[in-house]
Amino acid sequence: MRLSGRNLKCVRGGREVFSGLDLAATEGEALAVTGPNGAGKTSLLRVLAGLLVPADGTIALEGGDAELSLPEQAHYLGHRDALKPALSVAENLSFWREFLGGKTEDAGRCLAAVGLDHAAHLPAAYLSAGQRRRLSIARLLSVRRPVWLLDEPTSALDTAGQALFAALMRDHLASGGLIVAATHLPLGIDARDLRMGGAA
Amino acid sequence: MSALAALIRRDIKIALRVGGGALIGVLFFLTVTVLMPFAVGPDLALLSRLGPAILWLGALLASLLTLDRLFTADHEDGSLDLIVMSRTPLELACAAKALAHWIAAGLPLIVATPVLGLLLNLDGTATLAVAATLLAGTPALTFTGMIGAALAVTLHRGGLLLAVLVLPLSIPVLIFGVAASQAAISGPLPFGTPFSILCALSLASLVIGPFAAAASLRHGLD
Repeated sequence: MRLSGRNLKCVRGGREVFSGLDLAATEGEALAVTGPNGAGKTSLLRVLAGLLVPADGTIALEGGDAELSLPEQAHYLGHRDALKPALSVAENLSFWREFLGGKTEDAGRCLAAVGLDHAAHLPAAYLSAGQRRRLSIARLLSVRRPVWLLDEPTSALDTAGQALFAALMRDHLASGGLIVAATHLPLGIDARDLRMGGAA
Repeated sequence: MSALAALIRRDIKIALRVGGGALIGVLFFLTVTVLMPFAVGPDLALLSRLGPAILWLGALLASLLTLDRLFTADHEDGSLDLIVMSRTPLELACAAKALAHWIAAGLPLIVATPVLGLLLNLDGTATLAVAATLLAGTPALTFTGMIGAALAVTLHRGGLLLAVLVLPLSIPVLIFGVAASQAAISGPLPFGTPFSILCALSLASLVIGPFAAAASLRHGLD
């Protein structure tokens, strides 16, 4: 499997965020997108996730499921956690597990993997920022998707959480997945660096 | 299919919990209808003549009240991104969300109608007629309102805009809903004629609404 983008250009609100960007990542490889604030890291991830239409350039995923598009084979972990405060931790996770579909894992085991099994029946409104992030990570585990698009995945996590997430990312890479992560902090895994330029 | 069922179940669950929209709509409906006899005065004949129109207006405003959160809530917490990316066609996801909204916020209005009919001096037939027209007509309100709700996501803070956009679309539904109720109560038109048109409006909006909303959401992604 190989994810590649050629000559990507992104324009938001009439302002060019980046242009002429090439990227490539193969199976088992992590790409760390770094750069100053406003360099377009989030925009790049949203372009890859199909949530922004690139002004120019092409994106291709070779060796994936030919029936499915890249966004349909990808997990997107954004700034916003996609959690409903009115639902419990377990309900939030099992909704995404059922809605996203495909190959799924046992929800209880995923919660245990991120250290939230003790809080399964707590409404998500009572979770801390780090716990919310852990619950979002459990979503990545509960549904099997080969491509992970992560936007500042470790920002709210404590040291133990960061180590835990690094281990989970390593497992994902070892099982043939690939990761594109925008980050300021070290991810804790071997990753190729994609440096994006300064703000235009 | 299980993805859509999960979406419907989730939205209904959220609407019924504390802070959800279902109860707010019914309370608003109740308030409008209860206040009306005090405003109109103790003229029972006038009240029963105005009854169907009051109930329809109340239902229209109540459904509009909760509709603007249909997509903005999911947009704000990032759920909408994942729904757009998912393997479920966005049109079907929109239809599922509207259906869930109708079940959680529209059906309770219809259930409350017989009770509120008593306050407006409507007899059994009249109440039944209004309830039947609401049952046939409120899906049209939800599914056309969904288009406005999707546009409100694109245009940030579009809550007020929703009312301006959706109200003109709901005028035909209001006209034929009230006309059918009046026809059942006093004639001279047969009940079936305006009621059929009301059903047709609902069916048309069932088809157009999801496509228009999905197109608007896709266009407005950022």
